[in-house]
Amino acid sequence: MTAVTKLELKDVTTTFATPTGPFQALAPVSFSLEEGRFVSLIGPSGCGKSTLFNIVAGLQPPSGGAVLIDGEDATGTIGRVGYMLQKDLLLSWRTVLDNVILGMEIRGVSRKEARGRAEPYLRRYGLGGFEHQYPRSLSGGMRQRAALLRTLLVDTDIILLDEPFGALDAQTKGHMQEWLMRIWTEFRKTVVFVTHDIEEALFLSDEVYVMATRPGRVVEHLTVDFPRPRHRGLVTEPGFVALKQHCLSLLAEPGDTALVA
Amino acid sequence: MMTERTIGRLSAAAIGRQPPLRLGARRPSGPPRARRLPVERQWPSWLIVLVQVLAFVLVIAAWEAAAYIGMVDAFFWSRPSQIWQTLTVFFTEGDAFVDIAYTFRATIMGFALGTLLGSLLGLSFWWSRNYAAIVQPFVICFESIPKLALAPLIILIFGMGLSSKVAIATALTLVVSTLTTYAGVRAVDPDGERLFYSLGATRWQVFRKLIVPAVLPWTISVLRVNIGLALTGSIVGEFIASQHGLGRTILYAGQTYEISLVWVAVLVLSSLSIAMYVGVSWLERWLRRDLVR
Repeated sequence: MTAVTKLELKDVTTTFATPTGPFQALAPVSFSLEEGRFVSLIGPSGCGKSTLFNIVAGLQPPSGGAVLIDGEDATGTIGRVGYMLQKDLLLSWRTVLDNVILGMEIRGVSRKEARGRAEPYLRRYGLGGFEHQYPRSLSGGMRQRAALLRTLLVDTDIILLDEPFGALDAQTKGHMQEWLMRIWTEFRKTVVFVTHDIEEALFLSDEVYVMATRPGRVVEHLTVDFPRPRHRGLVTEPGFVALKQHCLSLLAEPGDTALVA
Repeated sequence: MMTERTIGRLSAAAIGRQPPLRLGARRPSGPPRARRLPVERQWPSWLIVLVQVLAFVLVIAAWEAAAYIGMVDAFFWSRPSQIWQTLTVFFTEGDAFVDIAYTFRATIMGFALGTLLGSLLGLSFWWSRNYAAIVQPFVICFESIPKLALAPLIILIFGMGLSSKVAIATALTLVVSTLTTYAGVRAVDPDGERLFYSLGATRWQVFRKLIVPAVLPWTISVLRVNIGLALTGSIVGEFIASQHGLGRTILYAGQTYEISLVWVAVLVLSSLSIAMYVGVSWLERWLRRDLVR
């Protein structure tokens, strides 16, 4: 399997002008992702994870640097990656099916054709029977599934997931992680995943980027090569626990070292 | 009252740990008396209706009786029997249907025009923040003008016919619709827009598939307010200068001391208002069910 670079960030920076002078939100950040990988970004609040996502999605121009997709400059272009926010943002006036086809519809696929394409996926990924319901009758987990399918059914190779399970309870979160794994192995997309949850990041990812704040930057790049498919029990294995400890110590504030040790 | 409260609070603070004492409230030393939740027994609906009818009949009868014995001056206040007589004459020999149709037409046209234009104006602010910032103060100024004060001017410009009444009704409804719709536009979650753009949407797509459906419930919510405003507008227009309409009938009857006709016109006007309100409520329910989820 030859590794093809799918997404590359070259010295991406962000600087804001503030009354007290320029504030650097993002120090030069560079990394490259290979096709089909599952990569997580973890870091404290304010480390610029969301800014980074906005830049990759073309929703915010970087102050410097470039975003390359398939080796082409894609800085500031929208619609090149699928982007899912923590909020599901389902449209209350559309049925679940019509919400899921939104991305395809925006890209000019007719509603009829888009519905035909989406229906088997809804059935396959646990939304069967809910196609013609409205979002308000869905549980939190179901809503996230619909939102994720909406992102996946757009013909982009890269998807960005910004804390998609952040608002779910622990049990639902576990189910959703397994569901996401299944979907990822079947869709074979390159996934960039932002989370606060170290365990979640290690459990799901091939690689983890640990970020730090002031200015936002990448402090470490970890490769997580536990064999797949992974099972829940993995999280208690010594190798996993050691990696988790390592991440915790990287994320710890200078003041709370005692907590980690 | 105020001083009592202040003293009460101050003294409680001064005492410190003791619970605040309310002046005048005596605390029994024993255990509190067992109390039941006060529940009002609900009357059957036929009884409610019966009481309402009785109350109405009673007021009418009292009025008639008071006019008969001279306690109420029937010249200024008229009396129910006379009003009833005038009502039948108004409908059989008078211009009832012409007047109703005239007022109804002006109201509906002003309502539709004002609501539509106002909604479009409110929605248009979404397209450009600069444009919205420039136009906003003017809209607020227009809002603060008592539009009815402009009515004589509008009559001069649009003439005595239907168009001047429509114009006043439109002026009254337009601003409410504009401001409400714009409030709806601002209430749209900016993350929703980000989602659309991340999917590669054009501005037109965001507008059509996100902004318009999201704002629609706001627009619908002003319909019932607007129908009342439109009616007020057309009546005032008829007061100032008109050849037809219920407003003109009221004015004419008042000037000729035909008090019973004033009452009749007010009665018909109220019925018209209720009918239009019910109609708009139906429209609203239908719109909510079929367009908005």
